[in-house]
Amino acid sequence: MSDMPSGKPLVTDTNSSILDRAATAAAHATPEPLAKKVRGLSDRMVAWIFIAPTILLLLAINIFPLIWAIQLSFTNYRANRPNADIKNIGLQNYSRILGDADTWIAMQATAHFVFWTIALQTLIGFTLAYLIDRKFRGHAFWTTVILVPMMLSPAVVGNFWRFLYQPQIGLFTYIISFFTGIPPTEIEMLSNVSLAPWSIIIVDTWMWTPYVMLICLAGLRSIPDYIYEAAEVDRASPWRQFWSITLPMALPFIMLAVLFRGIENFKMFDMVNLLTGGGPGSTTEVASITLKREAFEKWRTGYSSAFAIILFVAVFGLANIYVKVLNKVKNR
Amino acid sequence: MSATAHSVVEPSKVSRRIAGSVVVVYALVSMIPLFWILATSFKTPPDSISYPPKVIFTPSIEGYCNLFTTRTRQTAEYIASLPPAETFCDETTRKRNMVIAGQSNFLPRFVNSLIIAFGSTFCAVFLGTLAAYGFSRFKVPLADDLLFFILSTRMMPPIAVAIPIYLMYRELGLSDTALGMILLYTAVNVSLAVWLLKGFIDEIPREYEEAAMIDGYTRMQSFFKVVLPQATTGIAATAIFCLIFAWNEYAFASLLTSGTAQTAPPFIPTIIGEGGQDWPAVAAGTTVFLVPILVFTILLRKQLLRGITFGAVRK
Repeated sequence: MSDMPSGKPLVTDTNSSILDRAATAAAHATPEPLAKKVRGLSDRMVAWIFIAPTILLLLAINIFPLIWAIQLSFTNYRANRPNADIKNIGLQNYSRILGDADTWIAMQATAHFVFWTIALQTLIGFTLAYLIDRKFRGHAFWTTVILVPMMLSPAVVGNFWRFLYQPQIGLFTYIISFFTGIPPTEIEMLSNVSLAPWSIIIVDTWMWTPYVMLICLAGLRSIPDYIYEAAEVDRASPWRQFWSITLPMALPFIMLAVLFRGIENFKMFDMVNLLTGGGPGSTTEVASITLKREAFEKWRTGYSSAFAIILFVAVFGLANIYVKVLNKVKNR
Repeated sequence: MSATAHSVVEPSKVSRRIAGSVVVVYALVSMIPLFWILATSFKTPPDSISYPPKVIFTPSIEGYCNLFTTRTRQTAEYIASLPPAETFCDETTRKRNMVIAGQSNFLPRFVNSLIIAFGSTFCAVFLGTLAAYGFSRFKVPLADDLLFFILSTRMMPPIAVAIPIYLMYRELGLSDTALGMILLYTAVNVSLAVWLLKGFIDEIPREYEEAAMIDGYTRMQSFFKVVLPQATTGIAATAIFCLIFAWNEYAFASLLTSGTAQTAPPFIPTIIGEGGQDWPAVAAGTTVFLVPILVFTILLRKQLLRGITFGAVRK
């Protein structure tokens, strides 16, 4: 559980890690009695005073609601009928969700979205990072420009993409029809069943490719020059250098980016809700949209709580497996 | 990143130039949607929906007028009987046979966003700094498990969290209140704050505090007088990350607020004019909403990597 990659930084500045080490060494060298000579609260007290508020807040706002949701997931409770009898129906919600074809349609939509966004973002993001690492003139400035989309609100910007996607008047539609010759009234990105899933993938890729790029760039920059110099001496071709040095050494970073994007996109809600709202039909109904429909439109609170628990367990389980693999790659 | 000059592995001039052009083209293309938001915000409604899309147009601030006001349609006779228009907004509105009826909800929603974002950022950074110091300097039992627990709260899908929070807030009377949203955003952001700040505080040598304590400071005094001043950069960067999250957040805001405490992100998509979405007004609202983030992104550019990976990657 505790083997998140974040525990040990993948890269530290050489100077600071020396400082770190010196500091740790000094800390261990400090004679024990010092702690006892210090006036005021004991260290143990200070530690708990400092940590407890955060833990309490998380218990109140995260863990308590989670336990409540688990309890509700075994009932037929509906939040819009607070006075109705709450019946305990055991595992019925769970078995109904797992047996429902609609659940699997939503899971398929989610998988399609997660797979393609990650594939495109990794490909484009890594390529960009590789090119920026050539250190052409002005690369720092252009890197900052590229980073802008990922800092913006997915909801507010996603909402504006609806305008870009309008048939005929939308800029996106216009540019596509300009290059392909398809009449602009026929390009219905948001209402065409086969185009809608791609419309959300395009916006997500536009927004989050910089994220993958930034992490990949850190990976490429962590490769020491002397390895390439040694490869040059051995007359390794650039192609060979890329496959045997660059890619394997940047791999843990790429995987970290994939992990973060995977978790984020698995729970994607805001951008999709504003762009397509899950439509047309349920072609873009990713898991979070289904959950919102069940919980806040149909008000099947018990049922949707069970769904939420299933999603949470899925994210958590997948992330844990992935982190194990990540650590294996890192320690290779 | 090594600062030594490349000797053998320096990329050739041609390869640099090609790399540079590809990156610049990508950057420019990815800016088109943002440029279009800005351009649309200065268009008149007819210009905004013309075909082909207008790149060159006469700028107008009608979008901004419509963003901040509500308007009602009136007869031409009534408008002619009014005293001369005082402001530009009055004038353009009358040209469309309408008069300004009052203020729109945009300003109050924007103020809500400010209050909730700054309030929750302050709380998250305050709690986060204390907890990060605790985890960084003391042997906390089960520290790794606690840290992982703190992080895992961020992995939950927001809608899944929103269901019980909705019920809990209804019981406690926190639905649609700024306080409720501040508490919720604090809880979400505190995980980021703890992880980031722990990294920053780990980098401050312990000898500083120990020297201070030998000089007679208590642990608390040395925390306030020695560690905090050293951690200012880290605290500022963390605060900006928390601020950006709270500012951009939509899922919780759209489900848990509806009126008095509603923030700007769920409000902007609901701006409508006559006959559908008023795109120049939406674009104007989007522009006003995005500008602070652009400023922060530029301020933060050196710390971005650290922030987006929860401190896992440092440079």
